[in-house]
Amino acid sequence: MSSQDITARTAPHTQRRLPTEVNILLVLVGIAAVFEILGWIFQGQSFLFSLNRLKIMILQVSVIGIIAVGVTQVIISGGIDLSSGSVVGAVAMVAMSFAQVSTYARAVYPALTDLPMIVPLLIGLGFGAIVGLINGWLIAYTKIPPFIATLGTMVTVRGFAKWYTKGQPISFPTEGFAWIGSGMMPVLIFILVAAIFHVAMKYTRYGKFTYAIGANAQAARVSGIDVERHLIKVYVIAAMLAALAGMVVAARGQTAQAGMGLAYELDAIAMAVIGGVSLNGGRGSILGTAIGMIIFGVIISGFTFLRLDAYYQEMIKGAIVVAAVVADVHRQQKRRKAS
Amino acid sequence: MVSPRTAAAIDRVKASIESEGVLSISGIRKEFPGVLALDDVQLRIRPGTVHALMGENGAGKSTLMKIIAGVYQPDAGEIRLRGQVVVLKSPLDALEQGISMIHQELALMNWMTVAENIWIRREPKNRFGLIDHAEMARMTAELFDRLNIKLDPRAQVSELTVAQKQMVEIAKAVSHNSDVLIMDEPTSALTEREVEHLFAIIRDLRARGIGIVYITHKMNELFEIADEFTVFRDGKYVGTHSAHDVTRDDIIRMMVGREITNMFPKVDCPIGDTILEVRNLTLPGVFHDVSFSLRRGEILGLAGLVGSKRSNVAEALFGVTPAESGQILIDGQEVQIRTPAQAMAHGMAFLTEDRKETGCFLTLDCLENIQSALITRSHVKNGFVQQREVTRLAEEMAQTLRIKTPNLQETVENLSGGNQQKLLIARWLLTKPRILILDEPTRGIDVGAKSEIHRLITELAAQGVAVLMISSELPEVLGMSDRIMVMHEGHVSGFLDRAEADQVKIMSLAAK
Repeated sequence: MSSQDITARTAPHTQRRLPTEVNILLVLVGIAAVFEILGWIFQGQSFLFSLNRLKIMILQVSVIGIIAVGVTQVIISGGIDLSSGSVVGAVAMVAMSFAQVSTYARAVYPALTDLPMIVPLLIGLGFGAIVGLINGWLIAYTKIPPFIATLGTMVTVRGFAKWYTKGQPISFPTEGFAWIGSGMMPVLIFILVAAIFHVAMKYTRYGKFTYAIGANAQAARVSGIDVERHLIKVYVIAAMLAALAGMVVAARGQTAQAGMGLAYELDAIAMAVIGGVSLNGGRGSILGTAIGMIIFGVIISGFTFLRLDAYYQEMIKGAIVVAAVVADVHRQQKRRKAS
Repeated sequence: MVSPRTAAAIDRVKASIESEGVLSISGIRKEFPGVLALDDVQLRIRPGTVHALMGENGAGKSTLMKIIAGVYQPDAGEIRLRGQVVVLKSPLDALEQGISMIHQELALMNWMTVAENIWIRREPKNRFGLIDHAEMARMTAELFDRLNIKLDPRAQVSELTVAQKQMVEIAKAVSHNSDVLIMDEPTSALTEREVEHLFAIIRDLRARGIGIVYITHKMNELFEIADEFTVFRDGKYVGTHSAHDVTRDDIIRMMVGREITNMFPKVDCPIGDTILEVRNLTLPGVFHDVSFSLRRGEILGLAGLVGSKRSNVAEALFGVTPAESGQILIDGQEVQIRTPAQAMAHGMAFLTEDRKETGCFLTLDCLENIQSALITRSHVKNGFVQQREVTRLAEEMAQTLRIKTPNLQETVENLSGGNQQKLLIARWLLTKPRILILDEPTRGIDVGAKSEIHRLITELAAQGVAVLMISSELPEVLGMSDRIMVMHEGHVSGFLDRAEADQVKIMSLAAK
């Protein structure tokens, strides 16, 4: 009889809801269809059925997609990370300085050239981890809002990137290091990272705690979760993913500049929000963000395809992010009314 | 000169205010989803009197005051102010019509000066249309003089003590020429000297003909300051009497006497040896020298009024906000509990008072809500949650507790209050606690779920779990507990055995 209680007695307003990801996927299909139609009308050709265009599109967004995987976890935990763009710039510089070839006469560290690819990679990830530790510590123990804490590191880390070589770009990486940004590598790295953290968020204690803290930090604490320590983990992971993205960018361009990754954090946050991650925390998924990333890519390459001025693109991008947040707030209100 | 006719009219109004009161309300009804907070309530405040409102937690005092202050709109009933029927659309509207409320949590703007707070929206302007700060300070000083308040009008509010902030609020109310002043437990954060000063000001306001509504839990205050008092119980009007010809026991008898209905009868079960002992637990300024012991299979009820700091003791035991001194012994061994994780390691579980604030993860599904405490300590291998096993345990528990949900994937915000509460109980039962702390286990849930939870608590005790149950409902405390501990303002004021306890005895200890 007790199993009947679970299955049979349905409260009036609890009809089965489709997962949010399905809705987002529908939005993606809709937007792609619109561009396809506009393509035939204005350009006389298909938007979607061009392998080359799709390849460029996915390459364009993958690097920021790697950042978005980390940012998604931060937002689900109830926070925000504005420092990822600066971490991209700083790590590009630092990692590249340990990845130069010996044949280049003006290397940053002439004694440390031709190192195996793993050395700059670990140094870059280590640098990211330090920034993440600072972010996490500030947020967890000084209790300053994540927005302010990561705004501070955003400015400081960017300053570090400029100071590192007094503004000089760093170039001539080893073949090994350049490999991580070559061809479709950025896309592969994104897929790998997204898959790992999709599993982590869904099936591990790390993921469960992240959702719990974002849903209700007080309740998480009472449940026995060490909220402070966990938040530090989340910010370290986010910053390390930004660091990875920084190295991919530098390796792909075979050069590092202090200004790299400018405003990437906003695009990453946009991908997450478009993908249904709630800025209030406790809701969203890596899968959603991945779809959000593709939506983002379709819109950007769609505008390029329609030869829309780059200035318009930026303005519209901003409007889309605001629209996604409005949609999120609207969803919350509807839920609140329902309950 | 006033003509004889006008004078007669004025006299008539005066007479009617004398008989009807400056504020008189009748037939007030207010319903919240699932709760009838006020039912056919009346109250009459005469000018120049202090009128105390008494009642247990949840009697409806605060709801009624919010209606008088324009925060809530009544569903039915009539409010007469100076003999005229009025509608109080908002707190601002009430203020403009002559009703001021001094909130428990003071509503001043911390980063502005005393004078700015008092004259906000009514600032004196100079000839350029800018705020005349000198004039404002002068007006404030004059106001303070009249009220015998010694405060610098230019002081920033954030620098003031609670008592001083209250003075500012009172001055603000007087500056609005309010006829009715509502004070909600104004002395709860004051020292004795400050209380004396406050009472002096209240007597002065009374002499000016202001009607003062004074909500309090403290009997001695009632006898010291009040002229009349009205008692509420379960949202109903019980009676109004002069404060001069009653005794403490009379008032307590009016406050209690709630009917005992729909209670699951307690089953006597064998009580084992002491599992938890608390000695002189103290968190300065909150609770002091709390000592008690708890035995296996025992249900210890913890009663007390708002401000008795019962919940703070529970939070200290569970390491949410640890105490600063005192000892906690489990199985005779002294233990250090600084975090909830440490408390859980000693077999403790804590159902918090506020389901929404510190209990549920509203955006997550039932399964996540049930398993959150379990997976902090077990059922995780290499970081991965052993989901199949955990889901099986969660489903079993959901069935045992008869949680009504289509499935465990349902988001918790869609569940009723009673089911949310059961879900939280399920969360803690999965951890197999030996000591269960329950803070208001049946607050805000319907009668059916309530008696199911009562049955469950009794069953757990029968299995040897030691239960500490905080409850504001005296029938629940009386019906469920083997022993009752009563707290009053951060101190344990007494213990009662099941056999000797009744509502009057508990209230006598709770309302010193």
